[in-house]
Parts: sequence; structure tokens; C-alpha cells
Amino acid sequence: MNSLLITGGRVIDPASGFDAPADVLIRNGVIEAVGANLRGDGCPVLNAQGSIVAPGFIDMHVHLRDPGLEHAETIETGGKSAAAGGFTTICCMPNTIPVNDSAMVTSYILQRARETSPVNVYPIGAITKGSLGEELAAIGSMKDAGIVAISDDGRPVMNARIMRRAMELAKALDLTVIDHCEDLNLSAGGDMHEGPQSVKLGLRGIPSASEDVMVARDLLLSELTGARYHVAHLSTKRSVAMVGFAKSRGLNVSCEVTPHHFAITDEELCTYDSNYRMKPPLRRDEDVEAVIEGLVSGVIDAIATDHAPHAGSEKMQEFERCPFGITGLDTAIGLSLAELIHKGRISVNRMIALFTTGPAGILKLDRGTLRPGAPGDVTVFDLDTKWTYDVQQSFSKSRNSPFHGRVFRGGPVATVVGGSIKWTRN
Amino acid sequence: MADLLKTRGLLDIESLDRGTIQELLDRAKFFQPGPGETYKRLESLKGKTTVNLFFEASTRTRVSFEIAERRLGGDSISIAAQGSSTSKGESLVDTLNTLAAMRPHAVVMRHAASGAPQFVSRHLKLPIVNAGDGTHEHPTQALLDARTILDHRPTLTGLRVAIIGDIAHSRVARSNIHLLSKFGADIVLCGPPSLLPQELAQMAPGVRLSWNMQDALAGADVIMMLRVQLERQYESPMLASEYFRFYGLRPEHVELASPHVIVMHPGPINRGRELSSEVADSQRSVILNQVENGVAVRMAVLERILG
Repeated sequence: MNSLLITGGRVIDPASGFDAPADVLIRNGVIEAVGANLRGDGCPVLNAQGSIVAPGFIDMHVHLRDPGLEHAETIETGGKSAAAGGFTTICCMPNTIPVNDSAMVTSYILQRARETSPVNVYPIGAITKGSLGEELAAIGSMKDAGIVAISDDGRPVMNARIMRRAMELAKALDLTVIDHCEDLNLSAGGDMHEGPQSVKLGLRGIPSASEDVMVARDLLLSELTGARYHVAHLSTKRSVAMVGFAKSRGLNVSCEVTPHHFAITDEELCTYDSNYRMKPPLRRDEDVEAVIEGLVSGVIDAIATDHAPHAGSEKMQEFERCPFGITGLDTAIGLSLAELIHKGRISVNRMIALFTTGPAGILKLDRGTLRPGAPGDVTVFDLDTKWTYDVQQSFSKSRNSPFHGRVFRGGPVATVVGGSIKWTRN
Repeated sequence: MADLLKTRGLLDIESLDRGTIQELLDRAKFFQPGPGETYKRLESLKGKTTVNLFFEASTRTRVSFEIAERRLGGDSISIAAQGSSTSKGESLVDTLNTLAAMRPHAVVMRHAASGAPQFVSRHLKLPIVNAGDGTHEHPTQALLDARTILDHRPTLTGLRVAIIGDIAHSRVARSNIHLLSKFGADIVLCGPPSLLPQELAQMAPGVRLSWNMQDALAGADVIMMLRVQLERQYESPMLASEYFRFYGLRPEHVELASPHVIVMHPGPINRGRELSSEVADSQRSVILNQVENGVAVRMAVLERILG
């Protein structure tokens, strides 16, 4: 097992409230101590002078495309991209081929991760068989095999009765239910957010209401069943308001937002660049503002990337023919610093919480803190170094990022998983 | 602007300025044939090859581009997508790259996907003339419509124009809204609610919406009827039999408009669906003038880009 002494950084651990210059000592893959002038007794040293040393960042929403779509991403390449983006743990959605709706697929993912991924990988299981929305998947066996939540991400369960049954079972199994909230009838055929921009561009609209009605339905079902419920990649001001209302009434609900939904709007689509095509679609200024206010107020619990790699040829088509989704692991910290920290919207402490205690709490992961005894996962990042994102240099197999060429201020410096350095800048 | 037209071609009306549009319209007037004549024969496109690439069926637009290209002394080839390698699964960019390797000087393209010319233009160093993209724009149609109006009226400024029908799915409407608005026309858009998104009012200055035909037509100087684009609709916005009753143009409607009103339609017309035969064949109808101006306007555009 690996030992490492991380010296000279500003250590911030939201879980314990620690925020001071200090060293972090990891011994045998586990946090041993955080404090001044620690001694490593000959173990490797990582100099974190000028950087922030935080618990390992967790991305609770990625697509690794493995099994079945390995031309777009694998557990190995997605894992490497995560490490380079400052993440030590990722949770992968079940929309692979086959769908992760059985213990066998769950076990495959975990085994491949152990063999090839530099970061921790937790699978999320399907809610229904094949994510077809008709009959419940083998949720209990998947739980035993290692899933941390269930979701039919991308193909939401339209039948409220089946969703109710899934929530009841999830409650009994102590699993979180994650929903990609989209009423497929309202959004059918849609290309982008429905509004002035879609009307001008002649692209078919996806109304905010297609998200809002599903958030409303799910919150009601969560109240009915008592299940722990989480809204994936929420994007509208009304959804933020409804989750806030549900929380104020004491419901066991949470939500996440992606960096692109707080960084850019549907104005970007004027070039018909398919790298701006995703679900939920990029929305309006007022939605971006509401989402950022949700991050400030605490209504939003986590930042997740929805990293959705697609092979180049799939995105090199007419806008309306391209698949939805963009990559996100490489740019999440950079975008969060740009939009949330450098613009003075939230504290660095709060930002770290959104990447650590937030997702760890939602999924009940024993991670996201630097307390002694916790896994030795550490994310080192800085606030000021200028760098330019070159998507061609990404470890991901795919190149579908709209942020190619963007200049960032601050970003990941080193990624430590289980006491072992998995990635460093330069 | 001149440079952009020469390098990128004509992708849309939205990004053109009023001066450029006026120049194109003035030049199109020069190309109009006199009574009993055909279009002028020039050599502006001598040695220039144009590929007309039609991924969507078209008769009048394709033929009018072909005639324009030939009257200007250029060489042209027309390709219907059904007969090309796209039906063998080749991607749009690959098709265009293949054509580009044969060194044409410009591509005229019609495509069912909104933004297809913008997409191609990013990956290809060749001027593209948009001959209609999905439900986005149809710039040469707006130019020929403006030319036709100006053949009957001294100016577009202050003109009351009613555009009636399936606005939501109409690239003709979008290009016309941009063009007419740049010249200060008053535009009323009229159609059933699901074909008339409220956001249209924000598209350009001078645009007003109405669900009521009588209201939209009151005092109109120009009536533009649109084809009901069944192929682009996911579900019927209203019963087909009711459409003509509420939004079909009949002689009694024309009475509500200005006494010198002209009636336009981009074609092909659906008699008895968007407008009655009496109106289509009446003195008020300038539908054939539009077709005639199609060639003149496309000559002006091609000459400006390639000449």
C-alpha cells in the first residue's frame, strides 16, 4: 500500500472545517494525519506549495461507454481523463451496451476499473431492464455487486407507477434514485432549449417544462415513498425552486448541476456547432443565474460533469443528427473556478464541498474528507495559473468539448488516489 | 461584407447589412428581362463551375439557379441527393470534401437540416449559397420577394406586410422577417398558435403576431402566404379541414387589405389549402413575378460571389 507526504499547501477539508497551511500524510493508502511539519519517514513527498490541497474530488455523473461503445471511451481512458481533471472518484451511468441492469455488468465494470482505471469507479445501476422503462432491473443483485445508486439516465422512466415501485425498492435497499428529468413527450424531436434562439435558428425546441414536470412528479413520488431522490444535471430556474421547496419541507432530496449549465447559455448555438448539443439543453441567462444562486444557497448539493464522450464522426454531422452530450472531466475545475470563484459567487471551501462532501453524502460514499482513517484520495489544484485547454491533448478518446481553446485561470495540479500520485500537471 | 460574401458565400439574410441587400436588389433589376425578352446573357461567371447540391426535392429553386448560372456564362452541375453517395451512407462533410476536390468555385446547397450550410462552411473553404436549410433560412427567396415587392411599390420602408400560415416551420418567413425588418417594414405574422411561437416577436424589430386573419390583413400592402409544411410537422396543429377555414386566403379577405395589395406565395401552391384559386389567379397575385425574379436575383447573388 502507498504512502505519501503532501507538503506546503493550503489544506481545505469542508467535512471537518479545516482550512490552514498544513501537510497531509497518507500511510498505506489511508489518511493518517493533517497538520504542521509532518514527517514522512522516507515516504515519497509531493510539494503542494502555492496550491490548495483538498479531499479527492468525486464526479457522480459520467458516461464511460464501456462495455459496448469503446470507440468513444473506455473505463481506462475515462479514468485517465478524470485523473487529469482532478477527480479521484467517478460514478458511471448505466447506459452502456449492454445496459448495466445486472450484477454481471456491474462486476465487469468494477473489474475493468480495478485493472485499468487510475481513479475509483462506482457503477450506477439501471432502474429498469435495458432502461426500457417497463420492468424493474435486478436492483438487489446489483447493489450486492457494488452499485451506489440507480438511474435510467438518458432514458427516464416515463411511467410514474414504475418509478414509484423503483423508489420503494431503493428505499428498502438504501440506494439513491437519480433521475434525468425529461418528459420525453414534451421534448420529442427537440434539438435545443425552446425559446427565442431556437425559433430564430429554426431548430426544434425542448421546453423547460419538459424538465420541470418530471422534477415535480419525482418530488411528489419521493414524498410518497420516502425514497432518497436526486435530480441529475438540473438546468431550469423552476426546477431549482421546486427542489428548494421540497428541501424546505424536509424531503430527502438533492440535486446536481453541470459546469456547462452554469457557464454558458443557448446563445452559443448560433454557429450550429454540435459541441453545444446536449440534454438538458443549454438554457437562458435567467436559468444560469438561478442555478448559480442554487449553488450559493445550498439548494444544489453537487457539481457533476455528465461527461458524455462521442466519437468524432458522430459529432461531425448536421446539428440535428448529432448525438447529445459533451465531455467534461478535463474542464470541470477550470470552469468552476472561472464562473464561481473568480466571479466571487461562492467560497473555495464551498466549491470543494460541491465536489466532495456533496456527492459523497448523496451516495453515502465513505470518501470526500481528509479525516484520519479516510481513503488517501487528494485533489491538489491552484487558483491562478493560466492554461489553455487543448482538447487534442485529452486522455479521453473523444473530442466533443465546446471549451477547446478556452483560457482558464487555475486548475488541477495533482491527483492522488489511495496515496499514489496518478497525475500531475507538466 | 463584400469579402465575406466572396469567401463564405450567402448563408443567411440575418448577417447581411441593408446596403449589401440593396446592391443585390438593384443589380437584380438590371438582370430583369424586358417585355418579350429572356434574361441577359453575360460572361461574369466564365470559367467558373458551380455545383448545385440538392438534398431536398426542389424544382423552381434548382432550375432558377441553373438558368442563372448559364446566363452568366458559368458551368454548372446539379446533383439530387437521392442519386449521390449520401444514399450510401456518406456523411455530409465527406460528400462536400469529395466535391471540393473536383475544384468547383461555389456550391449551391439545399438541405433539410437547419444550419447545414453553416456547418459545412466551417469545414470547407468554398463559398456556399444557401438554397434553403431546414426551417432556418432561404435567403435568395427573401431577396426575390423583396425584388418583387419593389417592382410594385417604391420602398419597403413603412410597408405593411402580412405573412400568413405555418411560420414555425418556414425558412421563407424567417429570411423575409430579417430582410423586411432591416428596411423598416411593419410585419404581422399570422397562423394558428402552435405554428406561431410567441418568441417570433423578438426575432427582429417591427414584428407583431396575430392568430386572427382579419386582424392581420387589415390595411396590408403585401400578403405573403406560406405553404403548410406537413413534412416538417410532428403532429397536426389543427384539423386540415379547419385550416383553410381559418387561415386560407379567399377573395373576401383581400377586400380587407389595402386597395393596391399584392398577394405572394413562395410555391408550390396548394389550391384550396392556403389560398383559393380565385385569389391565386387574380390580378392581385404576383406569384409568377416572384418566379421570374428568382432568376434575376440569383444572377445578382452569383455574380456578386463569383464575378
